[in-house]
Amino acid sequence: MYELTVNGTKHRVDVVPEMPLLWVLRDELGLTSTKYGCGIAQCGVCTVQIDGAAVRSCQARIADVAGKSVTTIEAVGGGKLHPVQEAWIEHQVAQCGYCQIGQMMQAISLLDVNPNPSDEDINRVMSGNLCRCGTYERIRAAIHTAAAKMGGA
Amino acid sequence: MAAMPGFSRRTFIFGSAAVAGGVAFGSYGRAQEASSSAAAANPLAAGLGPESAAFNPWVEISPEKIILIAQHADIGQGMGSIQPMMIAEELDLEPGQFEVRFAAPSPAYYNTGFAHELAPFMAPDQSPEAEKARAAALEWLRKAGLQMTGGSSAIPDTYEKLRRAGAMARETLKATAAKRNGVAVADLRTEAGHVILPDGTKISYGALAADAAKMPPVTEVKLRDPSQWRLLGKPMQRLDTRPKVTGELQFGIDRKMDGMVYAAVKLNPNKGQPIKSYDASKAQAMPGVQKIVKVSNGVAVIATNSWYAMKAAEQIDCEWEPSKYPAEQADHWKVVSASFTPEFLGKQWRNDGNVEAGLKEGKLVEAEYRAPYVAHQPLEPLSGLGIVTDHGMEIWLGHQTPQSVQDIAAAAIGMKPEQVIFHNEWSGGSFGHRLEFENVRVLAEIANQMRGTPVKLVFSREQDFLQDIPRQIAMGRYKGSIKDGKIVAADFQVAATAPFKGLLERMGTHPKDPDSQLAVGIWNMYYDIPNYHAASYEVQGLSPSTTWRSVGASANGFFTESFIDELIHAAGRDPLQARIELCKIPIYRKLLETVGEMADWKGPLGNGKGRGVAFVEAFGTGVAEIVEVTMTDQGIRIDKVWVAADVGKVVDPVNFENQVQGGVVWGLGHAMNCELTYAKGGVQQTNYNHHEAMRMYQCPVIAVRGLENDYTARGIGEPPVPPAAPALANAIFAATGKRIREMPFNKFIDFV
Repeated sequence: MYELTVNGTKHRVDVVPEMPLLWVLRDELGLTSTKYGCGIAQCGVCTVQIDGAAVRSCQARIADVAGKSVTTIEAVGGGKLHPVQEAWIEHQVAQCGYCQIGQMMQAISLLDVNPNPSDEDINRVMSGNLCRCGTYERIRAAIHTAAAKMGGA
Repeated sequence: MAAMPGFSRRTFIFGSAAVAGGVAFGSYGRAQEASSSAAAANPLAAGLGPESAAFNPWVEISPEKIILIAQHADIGQGMGSIQPMMIAEELDLEPGQFEVRFAAPSPAYYNTGFAHELAPFMAPDQSPEAEKARAAALEWLRKAGLQMTGGSSAIPDTYEKLRRAGAMARETLKATAAKRNGVAVADLRTEAGHVILPDGTKISYGALAADAAKMPPVTEVKLRDPSQWRLLGKPMQRLDTRPKVTGELQFGIDRKMDGMVYAAVKLNPNKGQPIKSYDASKAQAMPGVQKIVKVSNGVAVIATNSWYAMKAAEQIDCEWEPSKYPAEQADHWKVVSASFTPEFLGKQWRNDGNVEAGLKEGKLVEAEYRAPYVAHQPLEPLSGLGIVTDHGMEIWLGHQTPQSVQDIAAAAIGMKPEQVIFHNEWSGGSFGHRLEFENVRVLAEIANQMRGTPVKLVFSREQDFLQDIPRQIAMGRYKGSIKDGKIVAADFQVAATAPFKGLLERMGTHPKDPDSQLAVGIWNMYYDIPNYHAASYEVQGLSPSTTWRSVGASANGFFTESFIDELIHAAGRDPLQARIELCKIPIYRKLLETVGEMADWKGPLGNGKGRGVAFVEAFGTGVAEIVEVTMTDQGIRIDKVWVAADVGKVVDPVNFENQVQGGVVWGLGHAMNCELTYAKGGVQQTNYNHHEAMRMYQCPVIAVRGLENDYTARGIGEPPVPPAAPALANAIFAATGKRIREMPFNKFIDFV
């Protein structure tokens, strides 16, 4: 039995220690906003925050997450939209949208560390997140907009 | 088209035989003749509550809410938003005043947009003969009743139809209000979900629904001129943007149901072949595992969690029936190479002038091109939720051909199609993947062995790659001759596996006509070459192949526009100027001129930089692209792309730009670094690290301009793909002097 906090709520799950956080969230807790894409940290669609850091949840064993605090897209704005989410809406980034939750989680983490990233900074940090629809240009633009909203630019 | 082939229930075929000389959509069959019953005319009528009205198959109004029906699947291209917005434009609804529901399978939602592809006339042809053939094709489609999303047809299909549906509902509501209040219809107007009486009183549509249901629907309506539009044609917010950003939007893979179990599969990588035997003793003992069931081409594990199911499935030892196609990739290429013979001729699509004589004049240029198998791999893996009872099956997943889901699922469990209730879902991408049925068939087989229990099937990424029916493998053998700086003759021959015919066969028909997709890019070739021959050869006995975003044009467009570039170079001409002069169709010439202006094209750049241009018309939409690259120490860097596309009418400008940019990324990324190769009967690439396509750091700035010179509304989901690869190859040639004639290009040159 492992205890973890997701978006401020404590949960207890009875799974094997190797089970990655992704499947705890999706199939044990029913929190499906975090997506499954590749299972081997090649696509980034499962990105969440663990104690504030962006992590590929398909690679985080539940035994290592136990006792920690997990944040998914629903809670990043603390009850309202996060500036990154607002920027994603403003630029209409999403096509199918399946990767965008992970893209935004990664972008939020980038802006935490680097409030005013250049295109190169964005490319470096965001290139682990695949988008098969090809929305990369809009993602870059939205990150710049979010940075400006957050007072970085 | 007097001789449209007849059809019998569940097995009819339509094709090009009726009209001589030209391309047709090919043959395809749809399971059943469209019924003339009331339910078939309006599938909403049956489920209607009291005091509710369904004005047509797309609009349902009750006192509580307004529901607009999306007949085309949303696979990321925005149709879940554009369709209701087209209705809302004429019905005078504002975003937020209605819900959107995906259509149930019904012949009422037959796709009129295929009429242009079906009629064997080139897209720019507006002759009476062409229009007559299109009208006949449309009538045939109506009878066929095939509801399908694909072929960039959703806008051509719905552009008029849905605005008309909205206008009909509006006028019926106005007629209802006029009758109730004793005023003239002409004195009423509508705004934001209300009919407004002459004295300014507002009556909500919902309050009129019960009476409106008893009125004869008003069918004679005049559509508003685009200059009057409030929503369409202007930058508008896609309805699905916000829920996709908050995480609220549920994709098919997210659907839950009480008592649901999870399933994962291990399927025969030798596509289309069954399993011989298996040993699941290790898997059986693994955590979370509830049951192991055999399916026709593999094994499924039922567990309490999809991760437990996937892990256990990996541990099953299976003995597979070997492939019917060659086990090793090199042998696939040998078969393709040997298929340029009369025995495999699909069709001679063009034979203008005297090619044999023309090729003997001037300087001969010859080249061979290759396009490999490629995977679709949308980020949402194949998945689905299903429950089978003794009475039927209910199934939830994102799919482009609802009626075929019913057919395939029913056949898998020995039931009738009408016993399968299908619910379409938002899809996390498709690119052609969700026109196939690997998940549908397997889910039905599993759920049938778990009767009464809802089963959620999720393919692991590896299983999805292994079962992905790829883009066709193709080879082009091209010849041309140059004399006095002009192209005298050209002979374009393509041999490829038949993608569209393959899909149709898996849908249950066996088309006899040539695969018209293999003609795209060699038949509809608009340059003025006096002696021109084009033919397709259909390769037999290789991997099954299917439609991959832009289908035939994804390979043929690369071959043709690369070779045109080679001919122009041999003629000593500028690649853009020569194309503009050679192009016979004014609106396409305009696209080349426009993209040249956008890029400020002035000839060679020097300093390790190069630009390439390409033009392809696919699915009726002409697209011209220019790619600029720089040869750096780390390899080729793609700096910028310019695109001009003519869709007749840009309905949703922001989404239009997004689709074009995405199509360019798709075309470039796969040309750079993607292929599927077979070894021991299965593909060797099983995750994104083997089949990466474009990542953000490689993504150039992509400037887009939409033109509206075409005479009819066209689609944009696929047409930006085909010019991307040849424009890149031509740019690499301009920068480095190196011609790359085979995809993926990273076999021959490094990319940054």
